[in-house]
Amino acid sequence: MADVQIDTAEILRNVTEKDSLFKTTVVSKEIDLTLDLGNLLAVDENVLKDKQISAKNNSTYLLNLNRDNVQILLNSIWELPSERVEDAILVPLPPPTTEIPREKPLPKAKKETKWEAYAKLKGIKSKKTEKLVWDKTHQEYRPAWGYKRANDETKDWMIEVPANADPFEDQYAKRKEAKSERVAKNEYQRLRNIAKNSKGKVPTADLAPSLKPSKEQVNLALSVAKTSTASVGKFTKALPRENEVKKPKGKKRKFESNTGSLSEEKERQLSVLNMMKNKQPRLNTDVAIKQNRKEEIEQRRSQIGDGKPMSKKLARKQAAILSGKKSKAFKGGKRKKGRK
Amino acid sequence: MRPLTDEETKTFFEKLSHYIGENIKLLIDRPDGIYCFRYHKDRVYYCKETLMKFASNFGRDHLISFGTNFGKFTKTGKFRLHVTALDFLAPYAKFKVWLKSTAEQTFLYGHHVMKSGLGRITENTEQYQGVVVYSMSDVPLGFGVAAKSTAQCRTSDPMNIVIFHQADIGQYIREEDTLI
Repeated sequence: MADVQIDTAEILRNVTEKDSLFKTTVVSKEIDLTLDLGNLLAVDENVLKDKQISAKNNSTYLLNLNRDNVQILLNSIWELPSERVEDAILVPLPPPTTEIPREKPLPKAKKETKWEAYAKLKGIKSKKTEKLVWDKTHQEYRPAWGYKRANDETKDWMIEVPANADPFEDQYAKRKEAKSERVAKNEYQRLRNIAKNSKGKVPTADLAPSLKPSKEQVNLALSVAKTSTASVGKFTKALPRENEVKKPKGKKRKFESNTGSLSEEKERQLSVLNMMKNKQPRLNTDVAIKQNRKEEIEQRRSQIGDGKPMSKKLARKQAAILSGKKSKAFKGGKRKKGRK
Repeated sequence: MRPLTDEETKTFFEKLSHYIGENIKLLIDRPDGIYCFRYHKDRVYYCKETLMKFASNFGRDHLISFGTNFGKFTKTGKFRLHVTALDFLAPYAKFKVWLKSTAEQTFLYGHHVMKSGLGRITENTEQYQGVVVYSMSDVPLGFGVAAKSTAQCRTSDPMNIVIFHQADIGQYIREEDTLI
């Protein structure tokens, strides 16, 4: 009978020993943690224990606290449905609930084109057009625009000559030209929008095509065209009875005269020197830190009372600090550089 | 030959102020005559007004040098000081370093200065401050940049580099052909 009793006691001891090796998986908290499993985040809102935080070896307290919280996090992860892939157990995490600010600033809005601005002003909304349109002649759906488009007016087998038009005019060529004009106009407007929305000036703004160009515009276009060659117009032949075209001038470097007024030069150099001096930081941090330290030490000494009495200068500085003014040491003044 | 533009003056003075600080003023404003800086073939020369006027009679191709060559502008627009400027840096230098006699030779052969070769150093020298290097008998040997501040120097190992070599008077012999 006695033997059996001993056995049970031993077993119990063994069990308790094993348990003491591992910490408990059940953790209770006064306030439940807020969990965001998607980010693997747990937020503990419980109040920290002041005494243990301020104790010397507070790291064990913090480590234990952290372990408990991680335990809660892992417990809740285990509650999620898991799946087994070969030897690994996988838990698909729910979508994160905490919103994390984006790393980069928001992209800037695209600038409006001239038409978009106008349409907005007038309240015009673009109609959605179908991509495929029924073509009556081919009896099938074809793209509304582009290659092999439906109802292509340039592909008509016959065009009626308008009543008041020249009978010998090629109506096909006329339509083709009108089309290419529209394409060119669109390209011009596209470029104009880019130019308008970019910061730099576009030098060819005056060279826009117009139906009735003025004399100045023609002259300008001519001069630009003549100089727009690899040799900058050096070999371009002049037209008969053409006025001399002014060459567009580049920017030329300009230097001060070599043997000009030297006193003026001196003044200029001194002003450059002055400007440099003003830009330099007046505070020499190393010296300031040293000075501050010295003051602190002296202050402590004077408080204890067994050192030297506080100097007058220091007392004035302290008074200045107390009254909210900056002490002279931090204002800087000249950079102090001593020699040994 | 021409005066420096404002931008060139600024980069030049900024480099010069690493070594002599506000003493640049003493180079511009001299009681013994009018002196000027002149730009010639990417190089900056410092000379008296009369000499500059004599030199201006020669064309660019024929003029090799005049006055004191302070250094040159690199193609990227930075300024590099030459040893020849040492005569004007040494008397106005704000931060100085004295080498032990054993370390003089290695410095004059173009090597950096180790802590073991350091004799004295100006107090409050900051890291990367331009310094003029002297021998213990106060002969200017060249100039360089402090690799360590004075405080760091005290604690560093004897084999640590303390001054980065930039120019030394040994270059007068080593680089005789290309110096100007």
